Amino acid sequence: MNLTLKIWRQKNSKANGVVETYKLNDVSPDSSFLEMLDVLNEGLVDKGVEPVAFDHDCREGICGMCSLYINGEAHGPDRKVTTCQLHMRMFEDGETITIEPFRSAAFPVVKDLVVDRSAFDRIQQAGGYVSVNTSGNTQDANALPIPKVDADKAFDAATCIGCGACVATCKNASAMLFVSAKVSQFSLLPQGKVEANRRVANMVAQMDEEGFGNCTNTGACEIECPKGISLDNIARMNRDFLKSLVVAEDK
Amino acid sequence: MAVLDSKSPKGPIANRWTKHKNDINVVNPANKRLIDVIVVGTGLAGGAASASLAEMGYNVKAFCYQDSPRRAHSIAAQGGINAAKNYQNDGDSTYRLFYDTVKGGDYRARESNVYRLAEVSTNIIDQCVAQGVPFARDYGGLLDNRSFGGVLVSRTFYAKGQTGQQLLLGAYSAMNRQINKGKIQMFNRHEMMDLVKVDGKARGIITRNLHTGEISRHSAHAVVIATGGYGNVYFLSTNAMGSNVTAAWKIHKKGAFFANPCYTQIHPTCIPRSGDHQSKLTLMSESLRNDGRIWVPGRKDHVEAIRSGKMKPVEIPEEDRDYYLERRYPAFGNLVPRDVASRAAKERCDAGYGVNSTGEAVYLDYSSAIERYGKTEANINGLDSSDTELVTKLGKKVIEAKYGNLFQMYEKITDENPYETPMMIYPAVHYTMGGIWVDYNLMTTIEGCYAAGEANFSDHGANRLGASALMQGLADGYFVLPYTIGDFLAAEIRTGEIPNDTPEFLEAENDVRKQIDFFVNNKGTKSVDHFHKRLGKVMWDKVGMSRNITGLEEAIREIKEIREEFWREVKVPGDADGLNPELEKAGRVADFLELGELFAKDALHRNESCGGHFREESVEVGGPQDGEALRDDVNFRYVAAWEYKGEPSDAVLHKEPLEFNDIELKQRSYK
Repeated sequence: MNLTLKIWRQKNSKANGVVETYKLNDVSPDSSFLEMLDVLNEGLVDKGVEPVAFDHDCREGICGMCSLYINGEAHGPDRKVTTCQLHMRMFEDGETITIEPFRSAAFPVVKDLVVDRSAFDRIQQAGGYVSVNTSGNTQDANALPIPKVDADKAFDAATCIGCGACVATCKNASAMLFVSAKVSQFSLLPQGKVEANRRVANMVAQMDEEGFGNCTNTGACEIECPKGISLDNIARMNRDFLKSLVVAEDK
Repeated sequence: MAVLDSKSPKGPIANRWTKHKNDINVVNPANKRLIDVIVVGTGLAGGAASASLAEMGYNVKAFCYQDSPRRAHSIAAQGGINAAKNYQNDGDSTYRLFYDTVKGGDYRARESNVYRLAEVSTNIIDQCVAQGVPFARDYGGLLDNRSFGGVLVSRTFYAKGQTGQQLLLGAYSAMNRQINKGKIQMFNRHEMMDLVKVDGKARGIITRNLHTGEISRHSAHAVVIATGGYGNVYFLSTNAMGSNVTAAWKIHKKGAFFANPCYTQIHPTCIPRSGDHQSKLTLMSESLRNDGRIWVPGRKDHVEAIRSGKMKPVEIPEEDRDYYLERRYPAFGNLVPRDVASRAAKERCDAGYGVNSTGEAVYLDYSSAIERYGKTEANINGLDSSDTELVTKLGKKVIEAKYGNLFQMYEKITDENPYETPMMIYPAVHYTMGGIWVDYNLMTTIEGCYAAGEANFSDHGANRLGASALMQGLADGYFVLPYTIGDFLAAEIRTGEIPNDTPEFLEAENDVRKQIDFFVNNKGTKSVDHFHKRLGKVMWDKVGMSRNITGLEEAIREIKEIREEFWREVKVPGDADGLNPELEKAGRVADFLELGELFAKDALHRNESCGGHFREESVEVGGPQDGEALRDDVNFRYVAAWEYKGEPSDAVLHKEPLEFNDIELKQRSYK
């Protein structure tokens, strides 16, 4: 396949970015999108040009490190895959592909296609845990049966990989799909219910402080989410949040 | 050649860990606040250790090269985690898990450590459930189990094909709780560049901020290395792109012995490589072997027809298929351990029966499982089980529920539908059992320097059983290291804060700067990847699944040549201040080029076949085990721990003899 690539290049967070155009020939349709970028970079290094910086690590769709806004879509045109699992056979020979970073005020660009997503960590630190010590001396794991339907729903929410596609996709740059996935996982399980009010209040407060927008129920995040995290989680979080306003234990 | 002391406690094996915990020194809670600990790596071992140490009261500084601790490569583990809970009432016990692990490791692990691992395995499950890890459950609301290769009980806990992810997010949440309290200082996007020793003790590290290029000195009373394995020495592996040996290799160069580097696990079920663009290989969970049947065509003309596209695998009649695992190992069949399954695939492909264009692939076929499950479903629902179409439809539904995400992943990568046509698989490098030598306390041969998880060598011997890596990472991090580190730190309560501007720190920092300056100023002609790929090819061809004296001697020579050329010709564009992925890779590949040689040297010295290490000179001749691996317990029943002396070729061998008092040494037979 022969391709024309239009790629966002930006030296660092303070510099202005520009779109550079690159021609790339003889791309295998069986290669992944990131392998295509590897080939581009190998060629740039040979020419003594600084290669395009992009985030990636596991390359099997689970670490959440890779990103990229490809032809106007987070993780590109395929559904329920991350960029590292997107394959070049999804594109046409001769196509022009535009590649940009995930954009949001809360995700400043570090360089080229790499953004800083540490805001997500800070939201998790504000309350994304069950307050239990790691002694191993808790009760037996089977002492408390959990209905399969709740366990499965909690699992579905817990599969969020924290990539930020929801934020990049949302016209409001809202992080509610991401935050609600963690809130839901814990509020669905008996272990997490105990401190559910405090958790949702703290996580939402941190989310607002980081500068993420609000949810207006467009649903684009759910479509672009590589793990298929459901909008139901946002509804559940809103319910939990409202509840926390009236029943907060320390009021 | 010195003999190493493992400091294993004495007495009955079942009491050793309890007795040891009672005997070792403990730091009182008020004094813990005066002590700093550095943890490098935030996977299951590092994340769990950081959280536990901080919770106990130590001041923890944690480092990872990723942009968040949640992205460590533990996250990619699919299948599950073992624990001797015996919830299935199939006779499981601490002893049986211990026995299976020692036997699976081909009797090359330390008994005391493995028993402790089996003993704390049950606590892991309790702990993770309390943290809100959503394991799979049955309709009664209780935890479900599945079975894995090489064992006869069902003891694997799982969360679909994403068990590693869920366990790591559990450890990450425990870390977040401590970060929020200010007990862990987290440094994302920081790579450890060197270890700092003061008066023989590990007292700090030098790091590079990967965003800004800033070099910093960090001091502490102890340093924990939990940076995973070194499978990327092969260039292509199932490891993450950034997985590297650098932290482990730097401590090795400062005095930590490197044990059994040649013990590598080549996992049998990975998606075969498709071309030169390939950057990594993707694993398909071992759980697929529960139901899939592995075969190649039995006739060469069929192989040719398949390779040229004239024939499809489904057109090959049943009698012309060679289900070689079932043929060779009737007792365990498709569920033989990983090392055995991998070698058998290589044997068939080397004999010319490989099925894709590269000749390096075998089939993993689900058609009989689809039929079997479909018939059962039809019977349960009172439908006609002789209706083939209906049975196939029902069977596919069952398979989808069990393995849906894996089948989807396969289809995305290969563009073939595994429900309709057999999957193609081939072995790939997956896990390294070797690593930094540690004693029973997980301390390396440097005082105050510890190694946990895949980074150490301790529990899996020469071959790791499925679902045991997650168990070991969490056991080390949550339940072993937090106690055993106290034995050393108890003597440090009067030390006071470690200054980071002493000559030792400045010298280490200077060395790091020198190497970085060299890379960005060396006007070479070849990229870092160029050298990494060449190293990988030598490793795979000559130090891969099957090794012999000629190949190993050639490998040692060739790796040395590649290394010398690397230091002359490597080209790193860009500069040192700011994000520069090529510069990061250069430092890592420089260390792989040294490790690779030691790896081959270790493989050459170990003239026996054990676990993942197969020497062509050491095989059974004649009898029912003809052609199988032959272990040499008389000459090689020891851990080979290498001491750094300048060049990898000068490394000095130290032996830790292995004693087996609670398990009888036997040949591993899966026939």
